Amino acid sequence: METELTDDLTMPVPGELARAARRRRPMRTFDQPTGAGKFGRYALLCVVTFLVVFPIYTTVVAALKPGSEVLKNPLVPTTVTFDVLVEAWNEGNLGRYLFNSFVVATIVTVAQVVTSVLAAYAFAILEFPGKRIVFLVFVATLLVPAEATLVVNLDTVDSLGWLNTYRGLSVPFLATAFGIFLLRQVFLTLPRDLRDAAAIDGVGHLGFLRHVAVPLVRPTIGALALFSFLGTWNQYLWPNLVINEADMNTVQSGLRLLSRSTLSQPNLVMAGTVIAAIPIFVALFIFQRQLVRGLTAGAVKG
Amino acid sequence: MLAPSAIILGIFVLYPLGRAVWLGQQRCDNFGNNCVSQGFGQYLDLFRSSEFQNALGVTIRFALITAPAGVILGVGLAVLADKYLRGIGAFRAIFSSTVATSVAVASLMWLFLLQPSVGALANVGWFNSLFPSVKSPGWLQDPETALWAVSASSVWANLGFTFILVTAGLQSIPRDLHEAAAVDGAGGIRRFWSITVPMLGPTLLFVVIVSTTRAFQAYGELDLLTGGGPQPTNPTTTIPYFIYGQNSPIRNDAGLQAGAAVLLFLLLLVLSGLQLAGIGRRVHYGD
Repeated sequence: METELTDDLTMPVPGELARAARRRRPMRTFDQPTGAGKFGRYALLCVVTFLVVFPIYTTVVAALKPGSEVLKNPLVPTTVTFDVLVEAWNEGNLGRYLFNSFVVATIVTVAQVVTSVLAAYAFAILEFPGKRIVFLVFVATLLVPAEATLVVNLDTVDSLGWLNTYRGLSVPFLATAFGIFLLRQVFLTLPRDLRDAAAIDGVGHLGFLRHVAVPLVRPTIGALALFSFLGTWNQYLWPNLVINEADMNTVQSGLRLLSRSTLSQPNLVMAGTVIAAIPIFVALFIFQRQLVRGLTAGAVKG
Repeated sequence: MLAPSAIILGIFVLYPLGRAVWLGQQRCDNFGNNCVSQGFGQYLDLFRSSEFQNALGVTIRFALITAPAGVILGVGLAVLADKYLRGIGAFRAIFSSTVATSVAVASLMWLFLLQPSVGALANVGWFNSLFPSVKSPGWLQDPETALWAVSASSVWANLGFTFILVTAGLQSIPRDLHEAAAVDGAGGIRRFWSITVPMLGPTLLFVVIVSTTRAFQAYGELDLLTGGGPQPTNPTTTIPYFIYGQNSPIRNDAGLQAGAAVLLFLLLLVLSGLQLAGIGRRVHYGD
């Protein structure tokens, strides 16, 4: 039930489809290279892999080298030490910044999911006057780039006394038209009978939402949550504008500070970069499915 | 049920847009106080100013480099990995991996790669003798190459995103189409242009729109890699960096900042309209 309802809105996860295709593939097909073609394809894949990984590789190599070694033969891990990672962690105050980023991203994610579910439900299921126009206004906010509103938002947050606070970092992003639009689309696919049956049983809208609608669209909510979290975690300009007390930096604006203060020690900066990157690499490895769902949701026709 | 979203979007999207339109015709201090109205002609003056024109030109160039390069590389990688081979999953994971890098992480990686004195490439002997310009003046420091170097970093950082989208798009193309064409004797190249590209239409349109929009919103990579410079020609000052950057000439005038922000909004509006109207008509959406 769950997958049936959402699959027409989301594209298949690469791995899933490849596995399905492999199961019923004929003995030899036109898109399964053999012999020289196969060898050439592997060779090409390896060359491209090298190019894609190269910036990550040099970063990791530098992060594991002591300062005296980092500029000698930057492409070869001649010495490997974890001291620099520890130093970057301490000197860059990265534990604190990761914590700040985590708090802000979690607040924004939970809030965006809640506000989007509520508004999407209203637009999909409820009837009220002016619904079309109100919906259009909501969707129109998607056209406004954050860069166009930050000048005034900075002023607003400042006059509320929210500079250098979690509130300043999170409150402007507690709702998102993207999430509302995405969830409205899946709520529209819920059979009307479901709501009617629930109404006959005396279940109110909030009860129906909690016990029926939300559980049915959980995959889409998962994608939205991952998307919100990533988007907030990766924000760069806004934290730079509202934060000027060192302790309140997010990991992104903290990296900027680290790179400005220790540019002469590239191994330290690269160690900080590695530390900052690891949580998201791990998270995306775990949540691959939601990532692909979230990314492709915007590209699907409809 | 609508109230929470309406309040937030109203206060932090619609109100600031409206207020920015109003502020944009004034000169103020950097907190948006003590404003003096200049009339709506200020928008025209601002648009015509050499600083804004430079930022606009940089942004357009940046978009014209990164959007096509991103699409071509993304499609290339996705097509390359779209075969049933042992271990292809690992290659796909690697090609998607840059999606996990934030703009700060990716930019600092490339900063280390390209930095002329303490950077990686400049300290690799053979690379340095092959391309002496990596050390002096440095690709990020030479006005001729700075934008290209930033673009390389930006394209790389967005490659994982494009790859995932195009891969999903490729897998939604029915295999029968390829099989039928193959039976009819169409080779790989013919099938690519006659089946893959048209069927990928909507995905490619989406990727182009996202890449272009991104170029118009680029800030972090410029802040970390070039600071909008090198001075004095500022060949990497995009419009967002012109508005918010450290060396911005309008940084201390909330009125002019708001004006430039409104112009940016209008440009993006025109852009998405053009893209949807122009390419949209030629895109094949299936049934």
